[in-house]
Amino acid sequence: MKKTVQELLLVENEQLNHDNFRLVLQSENELPPIFPGQFVNVEIKKATEIFLRRPFSILDVDPEKRQFSLLVKILGRGSKVLTTYQAGDKISVIYPLGNGFTMPKADEKVLLIGGGSGVAPMLYISKVCGLNLDQVHVLLGARSQNDHVDVSAYQSFGKFYFTTEDGSLGEKGFVTNHSIYKSELSTFDKIYTCGPNPMMKAVAKDAVAAGVFCEVSLENTMACGFGVCLCCVEKTTTGHKCVCTDGPVFNIKDLTWQI
Amino acid sequence: MADLSVKIKDLHFKNPVLTASGTCGFGQEIADFVDLSKLGGVVMKGTTLKHREGNDYPRMAETPSGMLNAVGLQNKGVDNFIKNIYPTIKDVDSNFIVNVNGSTIEDYIALAEQINELDKIPAIELNISCPNVKEGGMAFGVSCASAEAVVKAVRAVYTKPMIVKLSPNVTDIAEIAKAVEGEGADSVSLVNTFLGMAINPETRRPVLSTITGGLSGPAIKPIALRMVWQVAQAVKVPVVGMGGIMNAADAIEFMLAGATAIEVGTAIFIDPTIPLQIVDGINDYLERHNFSSVRDIIGSLQM
Repeated sequence: MKKTVQELLLVENEQLNHDNFRLVLQSENELPPIFPGQFVNVEIKKATEIFLRRPFSILDVDPEKRQFSLLVKILGRGSKVLTTYQAGDKISVIYPLGNGFTMPKADEKVLLIGGGSGVAPMLYISKVCGLNLDQVHVLLGARSQNDHVDVSAYQSFGKFYFTTEDGSLGEKGFVTNHSIYKSELSTFDKIYTCGPNPMMKAVAKDAVAAGVFCEVSLENTMACGFGVCLCCVEKTTTGHKCVCTDGPVFNIKDLTWQI
Repeated sequence: MADLSVKIKDLHFKNPVLTASGTCGFGQEIADFVDLSKLGGVVMKGTTLKHREGNDYPRMAETPSGMLNAVGLQNKGVDNFIKNIYPTIKDVDSNFIVNVNGSTIEDYIALAEQINELDKIPAIELNISCPNVKEGGMAFGVSCASAEAVVKAVRAVYTKPMIVKLSPNVTDIAEIAKAVEGEGADSVSLVNTFLGMAINPETRRPVLSTITGGLSGPAIKPIALRMVWQVAQAVKVPVVGMGGIMNAADAIEFMLAGATAIEVGTAIFIDPTIPLQIVDGINDYLERHNFSSVRDIIGSLQM
């Protein structure tokens, strides 16, 4: 898929909770196909001290409106400034970048595990994977109820489960403490996960033990996003691979994680 | 349209804008964004005799108006280059220049000999200035004696134009430039990155796995420009200028200071279409100032 640098129009910036925003961008042209797990690299010109672009995974795509949305969680200076952009602003974006998740077969049952901004690709998978509601199980973790975003728009695509560290929503603890995770992990055909590395490593370890296919989406820091700076490398069984072009989605059997 | 062509020795460049090594892969990585045949040249990712895995992650830190990198010459080696990459570039109408690296003089010689055999590689950029490798690299470029030794050895086996890429991490870059010119360099390119570092105060640890790395981007531009100006006055061979060039005005500054051609590096990470924007911008500048040729502005700094 051909990658482009485009000035896109920000048509909506909706605050979802205290540190999560949904930004909707619109292209003048027809959108290229964009798959769950792919990302965009966004220029944040409003702050001169932010030199490099910032990568964000894609939350949703509306080809008819030539729009896609990003889930922007405030993590540092770049994401913070990006959330101050307003409808009508132009934003330079390089996209679509990276490889998406391996989509499930029609008869498979999948578990999507998201944490932090890693929720975005999980929601997008749930919408476009083409499975029935009872085949798609989405497990989302956060510190507290206030940290979860409203996923009601996606609840017709799968069964949703929540964990919070303080027990304020769903089951108390991490995603790996959830009852469905503990009792049914081996019943899934595919597990997909995106979120903080400790969470993904814990999931990967259990997926290996259960013998279940598992793909993770990595967030290594990068400069370019299209495979020339070689800064975002991850060690794999076949040497260093760029997260931006060889990933960001990797099958855990190809990684060298000590799990 | 002004005449944008320049020459290094007998090698013709359709315009003075090249992409810098380590910022454009081997060309194909940016071909979605850029018609490579519209570039003056593509200086490809640093190549070594053998495969190199490069340094551990993390390799990058954003810094004020720039970035540090510590990639460490990750590449698949010259055999892979000849077998898998050379066929993808040999029919593209631009100057694809191999950036040649080694840990020892023997490595440089063996690599240069192999590249010399490739018809569609019109020149090499001899890198004696990589700050991110433990052996060789910058160590060759920080003293006149060691720089002379590498250049002399490669000159003996490499018959086409040889551009020597200099390190700014020296007391007097003009002395190094004169030394390599004396051993047969056809051109010098400068500057490679400045050795720098970044620390995460929260973890009290270095940001980079290698502790130190190479600083690039607009943060280094004024220093790079000063060095290009000094070197251009010290040597007779053409100078290729680089260091934080983000737009045509930056490129023109380097040419006024004496650069015959320029390389665009870190800017590509922000926007890979910048090199071609610079080509257009240089043309606009020449027309606006009634210069018929870009060669008229080289070293034309008014004092």
